[in-house]
Amino acid sequence: MSGDPPIRVVLAKLGLDGHDRGLKVVARILRDAGMEVVYLGLRQTTETIVDAVEQEDADVVGISMLNAGHLTLGPRIVDALAEAGLDVPVVIGGIVPDEDRPALADAGVAGVLGPGAPIEEVVAGIRDAVAARGR
Amino acid sequence: MVGDRTVAQLVAAARGGDRRAAARLLTLVEQGGQPADEVAGATHQLVDNAHVVGVTGPPGAGKSTLTAALTTLLADQGRRPAVLAVDPSSPLTGGAILGDRVRMVEATAAGVFIRSMATRGHAGGLALAVPGMVRVLDAAGFDPVVVETVGVGQVEVDVATAADTVLVVVTPGMGDAVQANKAGLLEVADLFAVNKSDRPNAADARRDLELMLDLSDMTGHRRAGSPGRPVIVSTVATTGGGVEELARAVDDHLEALVSSGSLAVRRQGRRSAEVRSRLDHLLLEASAAAVASASADGSAGREAPGATAQRLADHLLGGSDYTG
Repeated sequence: MSGDPPIRVVLAKLGLDGHDRGLKVVARILRDAGMEVVYLGLRQTTETIVDAVEQEDADVVGISMLNAGHLTLGPRIVDALAEAGLDVPVVIGGIVPDEDRPALADAGVAGVLGPGAPIEEVVAGIRDAVAARGR
Repeated sequence: MVGDRTVAQLVAAARGGDRRAAARLLTLVEQGGQPADEVAGATHQLVDNAHVVGVTGPPGAGKSTLTAALTTLLADQGRRPAVLAVDPSSPLTGGAILGDRVRMVEATAAGVFIRSMATRGHAGGLALAVPGMVRVLDAAGFDPVVVETVGVGQVEVDVATAADTVLVVVTPGMGDAVQANKAGLLEVADLFAVNKSDRPNAADARRDLELMLDLSDMTGHRRAGSPGRPVIVSTVATTGGGVEELARAVDDHLEALVSSGSLAVRRQGRRSAEVRSRLDHLLLEASAAAVASASADGSAGREAPGATAQRLADHLLGGSDYTG
């Protein structure tokens, strides 16, 4: 338990996207990589995510999206956090077509993890997003 | 400096209602070291305005759901409750899944401040940083501060020395009167919630607890600073059943602590327990270092283990006396 404090990750799904198995798998992967996962689960809103990030003083947010809402909701979360003055990177996991990635990057999404991403890539995706903000 | 604000600035902002400042102070305390000491120094005289309520009980009893229902009610009544929700760290990787917010969506919406934390290697149902984090929330004006422990077994009773009022959550079907009469967790309760009381056997669970309390009355055995016999409230956290009664029982317990003069005893006990836990931590570190050095220089191989331990203890504890 010495050395750097664990990375604190908020994990959530938005709205009516009800498939949370992937999110549970990611939570377990990040836990086993030594991170502290604040698991919000299903049916979250931008407000509950912003509240959680603020109160938990989280280092990074992971949003799982399997309902093709990423181009709308990804930027919305990024903007909501920025409006609240929270400088916290957002990583999106789920089904994101390659051609959508540049648009998400332009919108400030820090990373995208697709289906079947190996464990190492998931962990590195979160670590890199945190490191890029210098926390 | 922390980011662009000093600890003193963060404390002033947190006391003015800045939740981000409170959250950052909690992080500093949790991470330990010099910044944590600085926060402790800046907050330790700003406390004792919050009623600190510990919520404990076995895994799955409904601690999170009940904590959420209770604090949502209090927030709706215009109070400023905060929750510190503790979950276990993995002993293997140090990671943790902190899942209490899943059951606290309504509480978040009602304005309850919720902070999840991991035990980070500490046994006993809480984490080493809990008292310092309670202090931050108290200084920031939250009241009550509800500390929800990890799901505990029979002996994890740290919460008893970290809270003014201890609520033990049990459910029907957890065992008979003999279980209830074993020593440990049930002894430290100031209040019981028999949660999931819409299930069969709820009356049995209540009766077993009453019997256990009857026997405590008979032997006169009670926790130090207890103003009276613990109250049992039947609840159904998922529907809000019994939650108003529980909120009244929590307030009544504080009132009884105040009127009996026990609150001061308990708060002195909280302080002593924190000193004790911090001292234990320092001694454990010193002990590990001493054992490592004795093992490295080979001296430990030439004498009996007990003799080595005594020699190291003499070395560690020798010198000055205890007065500050």
